[in-house]
Amino acid sequence: MVGEVCFVNNKSTNEFAIEARGLNVFYGSFRAVKDITLTVRRNQITAFIGPSGCGKSTLLRAFNRMNELIPTAHAAGEVLYHGQNIYAPGVDPVEVRRRIGMVFQKPNPFPKTIYENVAWGAAINGYRGNLADLVEQSLRQAALWDEVKDKLRQSALALSGGQQQRLCIARAIAVKPDIILMDEPASALDPIATLKIEELMRELAQNYTIIIVTHNMQQAARASDFTAFLLMDEDRAGTLIEYGPTRQIFTRPKDQRTEDYITGRFG
Amino acid sequence: MTSSASQTRPTTQEVDGFDARLVERKRTGAIWHSVFVAATLIGIIALMALLYTVIVQSFGLAAVENKTDPATLAVNGVPLEALDKEELVEILQAGISAGVMRRYESEQPFAERTRENVYALVLERIVQPKVVGSWSLTDSLFRRSAIEAEVAQEHPQAKLVFRSWLRPTFLTQPQASVPELAGVRTAILGSLWTILITLLIAFPIGVGAAIYLEEYAGDSWLTRAIQTNITNLAGVPSIIYGMLGLTIFVRMLEPLTGGALFGAVDQTTANGRTILSAGLTLALLILPLLIINSQEAIRAVPRSLRQASYGLGATQWQTIWHHVLPSALPGILTGNILAISRAIGETAPLVVIGASTFIVIDPNGPFAKFTTLPIQIYQWTARPQAEFRNIAAAAIVVLLVMLLSLNAAAVLLRNRYSRW
Repeated sequence: MVGEVCFVNNKSTNEFAIEARGLNVFYGSFRAVKDITLTVRRNQITAFIGPSGCGKSTLLRAFNRMNELIPTAHAAGEVLYHGQNIYAPGVDPVEVRRRIGMVFQKPNPFPKTIYENVAWGAAINGYRGNLADLVEQSLRQAALWDEVKDKLRQSALALSGGQQQRLCIARAIAVKPDIILMDEPASALDPIATLKIEELMRELAQNYTIIIVTHNMQQAARASDFTAFLLMDEDRAGTLIEYGPTRQIFTRPKDQRTEDYITGRFG
Repeated sequence: MTSSASQTRPTTQEVDGFDARLVERKRTGAIWHSVFVAATLIGIIALMALLYTVIVQSFGLAAVENKTDPATLAVNGVPLEALDKEELVEILQAGISAGVMRRYESEQPFAERTRENVYALVLERIVQPKVVGSWSLTDSLFRRSAIEAEVAQEHPQAKLVFRSWLRPTFLTQPQASVPELAGVRTAILGSLWTILITLLIAFPIGVGAAIYLEEYAGDSWLTRAIQTNITNLAGVPSIIYGMLGLTIFVRMLEPLTGGALFGAVDQTTANGRTILSAGLTLALLILPLLIINSQEAIRAVPRSLRQASYGLGATQWQTIWHHVLPSALPGILTGNILAISRAIGETAPLVVIGASTFIVIDPNGPFAKFTTLPIQIYQWTARPQAEFRNIAAAAIVVLLVMLLSLNAAAVLLRNRYSRW
């Protein structure tokens, strides 16, 4: 595989949005994530849960090659997106990250205006349509339009934490990704703002595939369709213990360790 | 615990294994507090002493003796100050030898000289005012009658005037051999030209190197070696940069720095001791400082900002250009201006590369011979006559004002760009 790689969009024929096969992530010689194989369903919300340090954020970031920003990190194994391994030589991580967007734990709007925050990603990716329309559409999808429509030219940093996080979601939507990765998107927010984000995720799932990492088991139970439970093994490497529909994981877990975790016996 | 002990130290509760010793702890704190206050006070006193000596030298009484009374030079009742250029040239021709006149003509033809320039020459060669004595501001204020008596006795011809050595003509006159007429115009221009060249060279190279080291270079032994060397270079004494500049810019690159390569100057008198050499040397001198300052500013940009940018599918360059550099800009600017302030005050490397101390013609470009303010101050303080110390003090005030305005500009720029 050499040169430009195209991701063919064939939503109708493909039930899976993204798939990890034997995925390992290393920081230097330390293996943070070990032999993960799982498939993420299209237009569903998949939650990664597990105790601190179990590698769920690392796994999430492996789906859009975000780990590569850490100089020592590297991945082995495959992540298939539209049948194409995103780790294959010739695949540009920049292209991957536009298709697979990301929302971070702490709201991190650019120190620019609200409008620029949403428009920038599209502009640098060569969006040919009307930017103003795109900004409005993205902010509406992120349930933020009514709150900010009169202050688009004001600083994004003047918004509240919850609004900033929804702005970050609007910013991610504006580059028209397939999948949105969310790394504990509500952990820095109060319960009301958290609820808004969860409602928003439900809305967005109609058009996007969402993968969310969360510390909050109630959140996973409330907001996700599928749940993956990860745990550190004896080498401190994150392994997948159990993966299945959220209802089943939370009511009839197959693995004893999953049951112990969700019932609060450890973690 | 006895009852008397518990009365004298009510906070002590030795019962549970703690001995609070609150009084002693607070006393230790108070001692350190006063040490820090004293350190600050010593600094302030030193600064005040410096300002005091400079100000006291810049103003004061002076006894001036003219060789020729300007009143006798009046033409048809028009006083000397009001004469036009042609009349001044005639006075000059009548008063000095033809040889000296030719020398002035060859330095700069009289047709091209301004009226102010010719007037200065008349003052210098014909009137020849001579300061026969000068007194500091404190003496002038508190011992005025004693000074008047002294002047009347020793210099009956002299006129006692209150003189601010820092006066408009001091800023507009070029260097001259008598302190009465000397000014810092050429030195200010030389300093500004040198700084301009330093800035033009050091800013892009420094910021560029900082971007490379922070954003692109990986963590290899090579980058670590480069980093260590840059840090060490920032501490190398400036005179060593002077030697470097002398060897490379003045000697080896003489055709380039002397301007002969470009045909910009007279081939016969061209040499490498030019503003360009000085600017290049100072650029090298502040480059390590500038790289380190810019690197720190870039490093201070939060990682979350970069991640947000990459997460949207931005390339590395788009991330740097749109987010990292704008966020780092206030810090980069502040660091740069502080480095430039250092360059303005540098004397040693310029002495080594051969800045002239006696320049009467304005520097007119990168290939001009030059002097700078610190060089001028250094040269004046080395003179034996007391009056040169007065104008050196005045020049120090000028230099300090220049530095302070640069620092003020740094603060303004930082405030402007951190608000968006």
